[in-house]
Amino acid sequence: MENLVNIFVKSIFIDNMIFAYFLGMCSYLAVSKTVKTSTGLGIAVIFVLGFTVPVDYLLEKFVLKDGALAWLSPALADVDLTFLSFIMFIAVIASMVQLVEMVVEKFAPALYTSLGIFLPLIAVNCAILGGSLFMQEREYANIAEATAFGLGSGVGWFLAIVGIAAIREKIKYSNVPAPLRGLGITFIITGLMGIAFMSFMGIKL
Amino acid sequence: MSSEKEPLFSAKNLKLLKEPLGSSNPITVQVLGICSALAVTVKLKPSIVMAISVMVVLAASNVVVSLLRKMVPPRIRIIVQLVVIATMVILVDQVLKAYAYDVSKQLSVFVGLIITNCIIMGRLEAFALGNRPWPSFLDGLGNAAGYGVILIIVAFFRELLGSGTLLGYKVIPQAFYDAGYMNNGMMILPPMALVVVGIIIWIQRARRKDLIEN
Repeated sequence: MENLVNIFVKSIFIDNMIFAYFLGMCSYLAVSKTVKTSTGLGIAVIFVLGFTVPVDYLLEKFVLKDGALAWLSPALADVDLTFLSFIMFIAVIASMVQLVEMVVEKFAPALYTSLGIFLPLIAVNCAILGGSLFMQEREYANIAEATAFGLGSGVGWFLAIVGIAAIREKIKYSNVPAPLRGLGITFIITGLMGIAFMSFMGIKL
Repeated sequence: MSSEKEPLFSAKNLKLLKEPLGSSNPITVQVLGICSALAVTVKLKPSIVMAISVMVVLAASNVVVSLLRKMVPPRIRIIVQLVVIATMVILVDQVLKAYAYDVSKQLSVFVGLIITNCIIMGRLEAFALGNRPWPSFLDGLGNAAGYGVILIIVAFFRELLGSGTLLGYKVIPQAFYDAGYMNNGMMILPPMALVVVGIIIWIQRARRKDLIEN
């Protein structure tokens, strides 16, 4: 249990998707104009990351890894399908996004309308595929760890986008040099937020 | 193929190659493909490899999607595009693993993330779906070059100021270090990539007033 909390906290603060790996920057820059929409997108990303990372973990463990097909028949014990992982992961992500969309529409229609177009667009958010690829690279021991990592990364992304949206709402009233307005200042602020987040690096978990 | 005879490098086609380098640069103006652009720029060598990989993937998938554009129903085009891109990325990844293993390890997940790089999806949607293969190929090359130029500029400054080297060779003379010069360790850390790109945008927009946002 302690281990799970460690992975969760680490993926929120230390290995933050935005500040440490720049994943999902495109939607981060495009959607962070108001706090309301970025909260919606952030929640959707937590949702999808929390679903896809464990599913991809199972896929990796029972289908793709070197010798993973041994449970089917001993003849398949030396089959290595790792090279297929990109295409399989992206297929899982695209279908999971579709599934999450349908579930949310059925059971939480209010949330569904507030997320709107952002849910389907998450399929091509690099943070989601990045989550699965990092899961593969770091070789988590079991599905609980993978889930903790997925949820933590989602929460980290959520914090980052809500933070920058709040700052951008305020910065409209400041006198930024004209060429720096919009994109430029957003980059520099994200850099400063990243430096602030680096102070978590010293924490030993 | 086409009834009208247009020279391969007509003015219109050359424009496709040149514009993304400046006035419609994918990173600083169209805001596409930032994700991977920042993470790989600590050193010059992985950035160059990354730029070449993106160029291969973008040009090849632009051509393939452009060839398929009349056969694919619009409803399922996204998934078709993803499959085309993913196939190209797998090819590039396997080649890198075979011939440049250490660089491929340094790039880690970012080769795979070319799949969700918005430049590729963006150009397929915006250009390849509506144009013939040859202009699509040039558009792919041009946009990937615009992406690569920014990548290489950022990596140049980060490696020079952060490690005092370029492509792994020492360029800052030992005498400087003896006199008290120190590498700026800050440049190696992720946040500085954002600040360097911010400054590039600042300089570009200060020179071209038409790009300024309100």
